[in-house]
Amino acid sequence: MSEAPEIVIDVRGLNKSFDGKKVVEDLSMQVRRGRIHGFLGPNGSGKTTTIRMLCGLLTPDSGEGTCLGFDILTRQREIKRRTGYMTQRFSLYADLTIRENLEFIGRVYGLRDPAARAGEAIERLGLGGRANQLASELSGGWKQRLALGACIMPRPELLLLDEPTAGVDPKARRDFWDEIHQLAHEGLTVLVSTHYMDEAERCHEIAYIAYGHLLARGTVAEIIAQSHLSTFVVSGDDLAALAEILKQTPGVDMVAPFGAKLHVAGRDAAALDRVAEQFAAPGLVWERDAPNLEDVFIDMMSRARDNYS
Amino acid sequence: MSAAREKASFLPAALERLYAVFVKELIQLRRDRLTFATMIAIPVMQLILFGFAINSDPKHLPTAVLDNDHSAFSRLFITALKATDYFDIRYALSAPEEIDPLLLSGDVNFAIEIPQDFARKLARGENPAILVVADAADPTAVNGAAMALNGMAAQVFTRELLGPLQRLSSKPAPYEVRLQKRYNPAGETRLNIVPGLVGTILTLTMLIFTALSVTREVERGTMESLLAMPINPVEIMLGKILPYAAVGFLQMALIAFAARFIFKVPVVGNLGTFVTLTMLFIVANLSVGYTFSTIAKNQLQAMQMSFFFFLPSILLSGFMFPFRGMPDWAQDIGSILPLTHYLRIVRGVMLKGAGFADLAADTAALGAFTLAAMTIAVLRFRQTLD
Repeated sequence: MSEAPEIVIDVRGLNKSFDGKKVVEDLSMQVRRGRIHGFLGPNGSGKTTTIRMLCGLLTPDSGEGTCLGFDILTRQREIKRRTGYMTQRFSLYADLTIRENLEFIGRVYGLRDPAARAGEAIERLGLGGRANQLASELSGGWKQRLALGACIMPRPELLLLDEPTAGVDPKARRDFWDEIHQLAHEGLTVLVSTHYMDEAERCHEIAYIAYGHLLARGTVAEIIAQSHLSTFVVSGDDLAALAEILKQTPGVDMVAPFGAKLHVAGRDAAALDRVAEQFAAPGLVWERDAPNLEDVFIDMMSRARDNYS
Repeated sequence: MSAAREKASFLPAALERLYAVFVKELIQLRRDRLTFATMIAIPVMQLILFGFAINSDPKHLPTAVLDNDHSAFSRLFITALKATDYFDIRYALSAPEEIDPLLLSGDVNFAIEIPQDFARKLARGENPAILVVADAADPTAVNGAAMALNGMAAQVFTRELLGPLQRLSSKPAPYEVRLQKRYNPAGETRLNIVPGLVGTILTLTMLIFTALSVTREVERGTMESLLAMPINPVEIMLGKILPYAAVGFLQMALIAFAARFIFKVPVVGNLGTFVTLTMLFIVANLSVGYTFSTIAKNQLQAMQMSFFFFLPSILLSGFMFPFRGMPDWAQDIGSILPLTHYLRIVRGVMLKGAGFADLAADTAALGAFTLAAMTIAVLRFRQTLD
């Protein structure tokens, strides 16, 4: 590879169906070098399928593009050599020890001294005392750390992480994201799929996909601004009953309880203002607020359901 | 169905739970097409094989005849041989040197030599001898035919011996059939079974080793990672087959040792030939197993496919029943199976002292089989998750 291209992932018009069901439809995306790109969307929206198409695990039905400058349709081997892919399900060998797993990966990627590189990775992961334990004996958080360590050991240029923090405790998640940011800082490009809004907010850029369609792209602020959603936060008594009524009220597109408060959002700001006036009552506080990312996504999802499903 | 369900609701709770599991199992069974197919196919296959293919009194055994006499009597004798149904004369030889290679390679079970002046000696009442060399490596294959040969001796010429020769037609027969049982003169079944077991045991163990190898990775989810790595199907296949070839080598050593020292089977042939060709056979079975493993969806299916392959292997290869005794279609199927060829090889080397040259055809068959299985495996191997 001569020089590193600035755009690491550049795909256009990707389509993929399974058994006649379209899973990814006309998807285009660009990811720049050294950025953490969040990939969000409901279950079954095509996130995993897209990631698999990027690293050569699935062949798109149509569409074209490059990953790390290599054609995703013909140069899968070059892409695989330079990409670390962390699967949704723990996929290291349960019946090999941590050290054996890492040495195996080192050899498959043709690293010069697999044993030494595995040793370094074990030190970096802080697994020094447990190197000879079977991978299956690790807890969820450690499994995830090991999987990440295994992905970055061959020094890839691109990391594809498919819901890496599912089922991991908050502390481990935070450590994980610190590590991801450190890696991005060193020049690694990261595409990470997640369901967690706090994780989405930690990404440089996010893409939202539902029913196989890319619905929004940009920074968190851009996506919120693009949504044209106006939001009220309602606090007071008997919010559950109010929520039921609001759901039936024209002008309200989304009602969601957040703790002791209710998020009420609508795409038509004027209409929502009228709703706020209409339901104003003693003991109820209507406060105008900026929509958060979750409001935007839930709204997008319901719109996407109307359009595509 | 609905009646059954209503009834079930009146049953005690334990029975209702039993019924729940029963229904669930039925549904799952119906969804698992392969299990369903095996359940039907295995009994049918066994019926056909045992009913039609297997014959413990084999007839039409391939035979070579060296007729040095070329007289009316010698031709009459050959016709009578054919009439017994036990002998299928495939080769008419012209020199005694041609006999051994045919027996060593297993191309014929019998070689019959009629001496030069058979007719003349017969006429003079000198009681000439016909030499019948039988390959007794598989005693069952030979016994029936040998008996038929003796029974026939007395009757062949009764009609022809008229006029002045009529005195000869009185019993006993005016000529002698000298039967020479080669390779296993005492007709010990052990000598036939033990080398056969070498092949059968290796087939079963090797097949299962690799049959599980790919499905295991798919089931445990490690396949997704493996496919995302820069490695190609041939590398994966050979990497998975080679360790088991080493295991196979140990197994072979163990079985061969037991055959020689516990079962006292003589090893007449060359040990190097035995090891080389056995390794080829081991690799052939490992490739079949690996091929199954690329086709099966889970480990259970892989096991079922292995069993499905193993069954005809023991029944049609000549392990349990004489190969030449089966109808042609069964022999054709048997000829596809590696065990059939290996049995000829292992019996050839251990009992007869056959060498590479004698076993060229079977060696080539094993090689071709291995190559075909590996090609299918590489083509079948799903390099993507599509």
